Amino acid sequence: MTNREIITHITAWNNETVFRSNTENEEKTINVLDEWSKTIVNVEIPASILIPFMKKLKEDPELDFDFLFDMIGMDWGKELGILYYLKSTNKGHKLIVRIKIEDRENPEVETLENIWKSAHLQEREIFDLFGIRFNGHSNLKRIFLREDFKGYPLRKDYEDDYMIIRK
Amino acid sequence: MSQQVITHGDIKYQEYFLNMGPQHPATHGVLRLILTLDGEEVVGIEPDLGYIHRGIEKMCEYDTYRQIIHLTDRFDYLSSHMNNEAVCLAVEKALEVEVTDRIKVIRTMMDELTRIASHLLWWGVMGMDIGALTTFMYAFRDREMINEIMEKTTGARLTMSYNIPGGVMFDLHKDFQKDVKALIKHMRKVLPEYDRLLTGNIIFQKRMKGVGILSKEDAINYGATGPVARGSGVSCDTRKLEPYSAYDRVEFNEAVETGGDNLARYQVRMQEMYESLRILEQLVDNIPEGDYQVPMRNLIKLPKGEFYQSVETARGEFGVFIVSDGKKNPYRVHFRSPGLNNLNALIKAGVGGKIADLVATMSTFDFVIPDIDR
Repeated sequence: MTNREIITHITAWNNETVFRSNTENEEKTINVLDEWSKTIVNVEIPASILIPFMKKLKEDPELDFDFLFDMIGMDWGKELGILYYLKSTNKGHKLIVRIKIEDRENPEVETLENIWKSAHLQEREIFDLFGIRFNGHSNLKRIFLREDFKGYPLRKDYEDDYMIIRK
Repeated sequence: MSQQVITHGDIKYQEYFLNMGPQHPATHGVLRLILTLDGEEVVGIEPDLGYIHRGIEKMCEYDTYRQIIHLTDRFDYLSSHMNNEAVCLAVEKALEVEVTDRIKVIRTMMDELTRIASHLLWWGVMGMDIGALTTFMYAFRDREMINEIMEKTTGARLTMSYNIPGGVMFDLHKDFQKDVKALIKHMRKVLPEYDRLLTGNIIFQKRMKGVGILSKEDAINYGATGPVARGSGVSCDTRKLEPYSAYDRVEFNEAVETGGDNLARYQVRMQEMYESLRILEQLVDNIPEGDYQVPMRNLIKLPKGEFYQSVETARGEFGVFIVSDGKKNPYRVHFRSPGLNNLNALIKAGVGGKIADLVATMSTFDFVIPDIDR
């Protein structure tokens, strides 16, 4: 499928009731981000529909995204976010799915471990460095830093007087 | 973790835990695996990481793009050239800089030399893991030839930092072509000998065949890339799927085996060494004339946006994700390490086997710990 076909295929899901977010304020829940979509299709979805959306991406025979290649935690300043980089080993196409998490104090999102097992260590890494909790993860604890480490280093507001010198 | 009671018929006993590492010889670094054992059988693997976590992603946020390259050497120090190249390609992609043919060919040749060196080290150490000490001596002797080629041109043996945005740091040494030809000739002679030494050995076969099986579905589902995935029949070579540098102008086959066991992963890497030699043979006499650097500003500022570039290292697909807000430092850099995801696949492949087989399985997964910890 070309990028254009993927976009039309995915945006058509906006009509399905599963993908209506609970708030009902926004009309579209699946937004294609044109500015990032020159090479890889980028879609942004609300975190509330993450699980049904990802399941559909994997199970849809035309899309067949069977490989969660990468998970990238982001700190956009006001909100945290996660980028899911998906690939299809059979069809050869790629997709980036973005979610934003506005609650910085207690960020939570559902785990994708039950859909792609490769999320297991990648989610632990994001939990360790960004402090985003994954509900339902089988073994969510710090992966690189020690258990009693304070703070989440890859956040932009992380302070460390000794290790980080701000100019 | 709570210990569980296992029943085998009338006998009841508890599971017990065993620490493999952080100083175990087979972990090739400071990887610690917490094994849950039922007698001799492994029923659970939990990796404990972070012994050499340096926070490179955070360090990159305070560095310029030229400085980041020197940090990427320190992930997978056996594929340092490919790691450098990934960052350079991402920066060049962002600035829409087209490099000369000479640069592309030099980079491709260096990639393949690095791949041979990395696979040689793996071959030697893997033999040692399963008790064949001779392989280590042979492999390090041959790897020394490659290190010397690297040293002559780049000035360093392992962490070369040879790529810079817009080219390579120095031109090739005048002996480069002669040395590479000597290496090819030597490797063509010794690789079949190595096959005879280890591949056909009955003890070796028993340790490898049908051990540590990773099915194709599991390899994809658990996120494996590189020789580990190709040993399970997944075609995932970035050099073929999205050619970068000069890979679109050379002929080579993607090594894929369908066995999914240790032997399949072993054979993939052995074949890859032959394929790397083929690529080198095609390029060594055809290095185009031209500049080895494209003029670029000293302080590089990327336009606002997000850039992703992945390359095929000796261990799998390495990805660089750069978010730029237009300043001299990146807003965020993320590195997708092949090692972390292959470790995830080891959890699947190692469970259910004997503890002695786990040593052999780990050596065919070929971990480099700084690549996992970052």
